[in-house]
Amino acid sequence: MRTGTLPVWQKRLFGDLPTAIVTILLAVLMVAALVPILRWGLFNATWNGTTRADCVAGGACWVFIKARFGQFMYGLYPPGERWRADLFFGLIGLTIAAIAFLRGRKRVIALSAITLFFPLIGVWLLGGGYGLEPVETRNWGGLMLTLFMSIYSALIAVPLGILFALGRQSELPVIRIISVIFIEFWRGVPIIAVIFLASLLLPLIMPSGIGVDRLARAVIGLGLVIAAYIAEAVRGGLQALPKGQGEAAAALGLGYWKTTFLITLPQALRIALPAMTNEFISLVKNTTLVLVVSILDLLGIAQASLADPNWVGMNMEAYVFAGAIYWFICFALSRWSRAQERAT
Amino acid sequence: MKLQLLLGSAALLLASAASAQTLVPSPTLDAIKARGHLECGVHLGLPGFSFANDKGEWTGLDVDLCKAVAAAVLGDANKVKYTPTSVQQRWPILQSGQVDLLSRNTTITFSRNASLGVDFQGINFFEGQTFVVRKSVNAKAPKDLDGASICVAAGSTEEKTAADWYRERNLKVTITTFQKNDDAITAYDSGRCDAYTAGFGALAGQRIKLKNPDDHVILNELISNDPQGPVTRYGDDRWQAVVRWTLNGMIAAEALGVTSKNADDMKANSKNAEIRRLLGAEGGFGAMLGLSNDWMLNAIKQVGNYGESYERTLGMGSPLKLPRGPNQLWTKGGLLFTPPFQ
Repeated sequence: MRTGTLPVWQKRLFGDLPTAIVTILLAVLMVAALVPILRWGLFNATWNGTTRADCVAGGACWVFIKARFGQFMYGLYPPGERWRADLFFGLIGLTIAAIAFLRGRKRVIALSAITLFFPLIGVWLLGGGYGLEPVETRNWGGLMLTLFMSIYSALIAVPLGILFALGRQSELPVIRIISVIFIEFWRGVPIIAVIFLASLLLPLIMPSGIGVDRLARAVIGLGLVIAAYIAEAVRGGLQALPKGQGEAAAALGLGYWKTTFLITLPQALRIALPAMTNEFISLVKNTTLVLVVSILDLLGIAQASLADPNWVGMNMEAYVFAGAIYWFICFALSRWSRAQERAT
Repeated sequence: MKLQLLLGSAALLLASAASAQTLVPSPTLDAIKARGHLECGVHLGLPGFSFANDKGEWTGLDVDLCKAVAAAVLGDANKVKYTPTSVQQRWPILQSGQVDLLSRNTTITFSRNASLGVDFQGINFFEGQTFVVRKSVNAKAPKDLDGASICVAAGSTEEKTAADWYRERNLKVTITTFQKNDDAITAYDSGRCDAYTAGFGALAGQRIKLKNPDDHVILNELISNDPQGPVTRYGDDRWQAVVRWTLNGMIAAEALGVTSKNADDMKANSKNAEIRRLLGAEGGFGAMLGLSNDWMLNAIKQVGNYGESYERTLGMGSPLKLPRGPNQLWTKGGLLFTPPFQ
């Protein structure tokens, strides 16, 4: 059989008889799976209208998503104040742009400014005070809250994780033991248990009146667990470095801190980036666990809106929509990480 | 703890004997007045009972009770902040004082009352297991389902309750089990069974998922007893009385024909002594609880009587169209009852 003249894709898909059969079978399966999905989500779907009564086509009722779009994005955030959440989204966009487009010195300055000011500005924008109408965290929700929890847990997790990764490599036994205990403890407890403990047990133990915000407790809990994972990822990076790097730095007369921050850590972080991205992606998805303590993140608000008698039964629409957003965030994260790996 | 409670109650007894005018201290009530809003724990989302509508406002039968209590205590039904609670979270949130009141579709049971340090303040919904059947089947009560097939989730309480109920009565039914609740109701909808079984209130939310909800009817007679009501912590008796009598007041208002529309007029013109006491025209009842005498007038004007609240959230004024069933007044064949305002 002469296949040499065929284009590569033909050779790969229809190279010989078994390959061709498998290809055709898979194609048939894909079409068989796709057709009903497309029919439901696209061809027979209803896009225009205001109530469920408008959804007569038999397919997806995207009217529901339209009516609830504000809540999916902002939760129960007061409609008049939602521009603040938009600004928050904008800030995230700016940060991504800064990472993507700036290079060299400009990038370092921009990123340091962002790391320094973003956390404070974000909390101020969403929470209010100092000239803005205060909005309690119980009214936060939707995509805004999912992003908030992901970013702020990561902001806790990354520095802590790096610190404990370094601590685990330390030559001082006390620091090493503390680091090992921290990492092994937080890596060993299920996230859902941490969220439960943080939100249910803490208030019972603490004297009444001293209430740490429910959302803050969840974010800190998540941050601590992820910190342990990040620490292990960074440790992997540190161990992958050739010993010569540290020794060369020492030979040049650099002390511990200079060696760490100028020579070993930057290289280790680069090596650890894929593993850390993995943690970030699972963090985004793990934020949904706060549903057990009734914090209305994107998935929570999707579930809660299914209880409105006007929209009961729109499960598919709600979950497909929320799922698509999660998928998009995680996919973007993984693409971003790939791009970073290639850039270095 | 026990000694403290005992001493405390002894002291209270003495105090009330010494002066009937002195109010029993109520830290909860003081805290609510000081902060200016009621903290109410509600269900995260249950059709008809508690959910956030398209505008983001909490709505439902259980939410209405929070609103009524806020209106009674603070004069404004909107002065409530809601904490949505999951099923695991509800007790710790109440026990740790994060909410003043839990109005969350919670079944009243002995062991909860006795072991969780919580008290139930009356019944705002008589829940119990019943059936949804096609109108064409012409069944009026569970016993009419003799020989019928029933769809239910495998291993659920509902399966056991239904099986026991029919066995006890020597009626033959075929119970068809499914892995999940959703599968069971889908099977019922596609005609595999004559009936599907769940709680009376829960069925309201499930019936509208069916292809043609109007072709199905929910039976009024219940085969199990799971009454639900508002919950408070142990230890603040005056606050508990406020919650209990606000609920009673809503029921009394319906029984006496007082509605959100006619409440002002009734207060001014009614000759009925109980109505006058309820609405604060005489008797000074609000003051006895440390509230304004307009407490129930405010609650009824802003939230409505029990019937108005029910029809708006679960009943004919809502998409759920759940009949009153056992939640009808005792004078009209239901179980809903209140002691008198005397």
